[in-house]
This record gives sequence, structure tokens and C-alpha cells, in this order.
Amino acid sequence: MSKDAKNTILKTENLSIGYKTKKGDTVVASTINFELRQGQLIGLVGANGIGKSTLLRTLIKVQPNLSGSIFLNHKDLKETSTIELAKQLSIVLTEQLTSKNLSVYELVALGRHPYTNWIGNLSTEDTQKVNEAIELVNISDLKEKKCFELSDGQLQKVMIARALAQDTDIIVLDEPTTHLDMYHKAYILKLLQKLTKETGKTILFSSHEIDLAIQLCDTMIVMTNDSLVCDQPCNLIEDGVFNSLFPKDMIAFDTKTGSFKITQ
Amino acid sequence: MKTNKTYNLQFLLLFVILVLCFFTNISLGSVSIPFKSIFNGLFGTIENSSWQVIITDFRLPKAITAILVGSGLGISGLLMQTLFRNPLAGPFVLGISSGASLGVALVILGSGLFGGLFATALTTKWSIVIAASLGSFLVLLAVLAVSNRVRDTMAILIIGLMFGSITAAVVSVLSYFSSAEQLQQYIFWGFGSLSNLSWSELIIFFGIYLVGLLLSILSIKGLNSLLLGDNYAKSLGLNLKQNRLVIIIATSLIAGTITAFAGPIAFIGLAIPHLTRQIFTTSNHKILLPAVCLFGAIIMLICDSIAQIPGSDYVLPINAITALVGAPVVIWLLVRQRKMIF
Repeated sequence: MSKDAKNTILKTENLSIGYKTKKGDTVVASTINFELRQGQLIGLVGANGIGKSTLLRTLIKVQPNLSGSIFLNHKDLKETSTIELAKQLSIVLTEQLTSKNLSVYELVALGRHPYTNWIGNLSTEDTQKVNEAIELVNISDLKEKKCFELSDGQLQKVMIARALAQDTDIIVLDEPTTHLDMYHKAYILKLLQKLTKETGKTILFSSHEIDLAIQLCDTMIVMTNDSLVCDQPCNLIEDGVFNSLFPKDMIAFDTKTGSFKITQ
Repeated sequence: MKTNKTYNLQFLLLFVILVLCFFTNISLGSVSIPFKSIFNGLFGTIENSSWQVIITDFRLPKAITAILVGSGLGISGLLMQTLFRNPLAGPFVLGISSGASLGVALVILGSGLFGGLFATALTTKWSIVIAASLGSFLVLLAVLAVSNRVRDTMAILIIGLMFGSITAAVVSVLSYFSSAEQLQQYIFWGFGSLSNLSWSELIIFFGIYLVGLLLSILSIKGLNSLLLGDNYAKSLGLNLKQNRLVIIIATSLIAGTITAFAGPIAFIGLAIPHLTRQIFTTSNHKILLPAVCLFGAIIMLICDSIAQIPGSDYVLPINAITALVGAPVVIWLLVRQRKMIF
């Protein structure tokens, strides 16, 4: 038990997420409790508008939580400073880059900002970490290319390399597989799985690729209208959690194949 | 941020061009002075004393002003374009120039309201400089106050433009009630001018410019993380609000003093960063910042040399020349936007 507690990277306690407005709080989801351990690949799934992005935005401290607490490496996220957070948690978002006029190497090197000096010069250690990240993601051949020359799939790999170069305990990705074809969806998720194994980092991502996530993830967080469950994919299938994911008039979950089928 | 490419050659080339432009600029004017005497004049060993006065008291301060104005506007344009993630942002989007215009309009056009001796006292050169500085400073304070409450950077851009519209409206009301003579004086200020700066004014100008430049250099790392967008920048440990404040203050100091001393000079601030990006093909501010400095100074010296119409007594308004250079650049950018480097 004590060993498990040591390995916990991210933990929520009675977390309630949503938006604060003048008229009162709009609660998106409440009583969220889960623990993410070191070296795990965690998939966050749920229907559109259920609050996946809100949850991720709250976990990466872009948005304040309504109540409850989040612990990153056993420290309350509220008390973690921006620079401390930058050394423990890195992100890959769906939003477009402001400038794509950066070379791949420059972009990945930006991940070292929390560690570099006032003007951002790279030390030998920084250069080494950047090169490591580039090799882990297998983009050495793209190093000199400009970001506007890349395909969506390549850019996603570059963004993952940038997050890796930031050398954090946990990487959070918001829908890393959108805009990608089937092959690249599988490729990116497989890459994330490989990274958790090889680097021991915890990787949390949200996705609509439920069948792929079931096959690859160590743990899955399933958000439905009335609950949030966090468990191993096989347990979730047994408990029939995926059945309650969507209204049953269109698609139903097939426990044998672990995927959704059109209802006849 | 490390770039694999080094740009030493480009920088060396630009520097050589800058030096050449500097000497060409000084050698041009209504009185023709041989090139050799120019060198002697710069070191105070010239045989002709009236040439000496022309060089040290007129041409040299003017050339230095051109360098400060060009590089300063280039820097503030670069800072604004990165901060607002908008390729069409320039140093004046925060309403700095409109604030200055309002201050000057109040002094020149409003002086009729006070009448008599007081009016003549009001329209001296220093009063215009002070009015322009105060005007831009007050608009800046308003923008800063608002920007502290607004989370979205884009909102600040719109607010700056709104302040611009308000001040422009006040200026037109003032012009409506002004005499032709006052209007002419106001329009002449609007033309912009690099000359007429004394050494003491130049020192004040340079001092404030230097503070702005220092703040810009300190923001280089932050500017580079802003290339990823606000959320990424924050995830890299950047203090967004503080960084934004430093960038806005740096721009205001530089663009504000330039407007106060040289008038509202258009286009340079918008066009220089784009020209620089086309040539240096990078967005890394460690390269771009010194590059826009050199580029801005060169273009401004060239514009000023053209404005003097070599060999004649006429001096064209500098603003007309910068717009003639700048407007085609903006049009060209829009036409080839698909390949625009930003």
C-alpha cells in the first residue's frame, strides 16, 4: 500500500469541475476521485460535451476547480507555482501554434524553457534532452524542417517530442488523434504506450478512439452523465461501463470485440 | 532557443550596409560636402567651419535620429506582432500614436482657446514633445488598466484600436474649430520629422529608447514561448501577465518617445518585422530582435536620404516616403499571404 502511494503522480479528491459565473457555478462534473500512477498510459473517454476538456484543463491548471483538490506529486496543485508545475507537467493541446515558422528542432527545444537561463540558451544537458526526445519520437529526419511544412501527424509527433523534452513526470494530451487518419491514430497512441514503457512517464490523454484505447491503455477514465469511473479496461468492460457511454438508439458496445457496433 | 543555423553572415552584411547608409545619409543635403570632408567633419578636423556646423549640429543628429526611430519602430512592431499573434499589428495598435496626436492637437489646435501670449508659449517645440508624451502615456495607462482586467490578449488589441477611434474623433472636432494656420501646423507635425533634434533632446530620446530596448531584450525568452500560444507559454512556466506588461511598457516607451520627438511615423513598425522574417526565415526572437534593429535603421536612413531629394533644397515629409515604401510591402504581404512567414 505504501509503495503504491509513492508511485502516485496525480490524484484528485472530491474534485468538482465547471465554470464560475456571476450567477453561480455551472458544475460540469463532481465528486471526481482517481489516482494516476507512474508509468501508466491513461485514456480519458466520454461523449462530446461531457467535460473531458474541462477536466483536462482543470488538471493542467488552465482553469480553476470549483471544489475538492488535485494533488500533483503529493502537493496541492493550488500551491504549485507556474515554474514548479512546468517541471512536473507538460501538455499537448488541440489549439493551433501561433507561429509555424519554427524549425522542428527549435520547437522541441522550447520545451527546455523551464530549465534554461534568462535568454533561453541551451546547456549541454538541455541539448542532450532535446536530442533524446527527438529520437524517442523518431523524428530525426524532420529536425531541420519548418513546422508549416509538416503534415498533421508529423506535427503531432513534434508536439509530443516537445512535451518529452520538458522532462516532466506526467504528460497530458487533449485529443491527440483528432484530424489524423486511422493509421496515424493507432500510430500516435502506440507511440504514447511505448513512451510510458521506455521513459516511465505517466501519460494521460483524452480521445474518441475508445476501441484503440481499450487495447492500449493501462487505465481508463470513463465519463458519463452521472458518473466518472477509473479502472483497468477489462474491468470496465466486465462492469458494462461502456454501455452507458452513449444513448443506445444508434450504437451499442460489443463486449466480445471490445468495440462499438451499429444497432440494427 | 537554439537555432542550428547561424546568421553571422547576414548580420555582418546588414551592419556593413548600415554603415554605408549612415555615411551616405550624412553626405547628402542641400549643401554639398565632399565625402572626404565628411570623415574629417565627424572627427572634428574639418577645414571649413560652416561645414563643421552642418555636420555636427544638423546631419549627424538627424542620422542618429533616423537610426533610433527606424530600429525602435522595428522593435516595437515585432513585440506587438508576437504579443497579439497578429501579422498586421504595429507599434501603434495600443493607441500610442493616437494618444500623442490628441496631446499635440490639444496644444496646437486648442491653443486658440487660450489666446494671446499664452498661445505662443504653448506651441513651442518642447510643449509639443511634452504634449505628445503625456498623450501617449495617458492612453497607455488606460490600456494597461484595462489589460490588467482583461484575460484575452486580443481584447487589448481591440481596446487599443477603440482608443484610437475616440482620439481621432476628438481631433476632428478640434480641427473643425481651428484656424487654417493652426491646422497647417498640426498637419506638419503629422508629416513626421527626423531633423530639428538638438543634442540635448537626442540624449533624452536615447536614454528612454535604451530602457525600452533593455526591456525588450529581457522579454526575448518570453516572446519565444509566446510563439506557441498563451496556454503553452504558461505551461512552460511563463508568467503571462507580467510578461505582457513588460512587453507593453517596452513598446510604449520606445514608440511613445519616437512619436513625441519625430511625429507619428507610419508603416515602418509594421513593415520592418515582415521584411526581416522574409530574409532571416526564422521566428526566433534572439535572431529577429537584433535583425529588426539593423533593418529598421537601414530603411529609415534610406527613406530619409530619399526625402532630402539629393541635390535639391526641398525636403519631403518623411511620413510620405515611409508610406511609399511601406504600403507596397503591406499589399505584397496580403497578396502572397499563403506563403507569408509569420
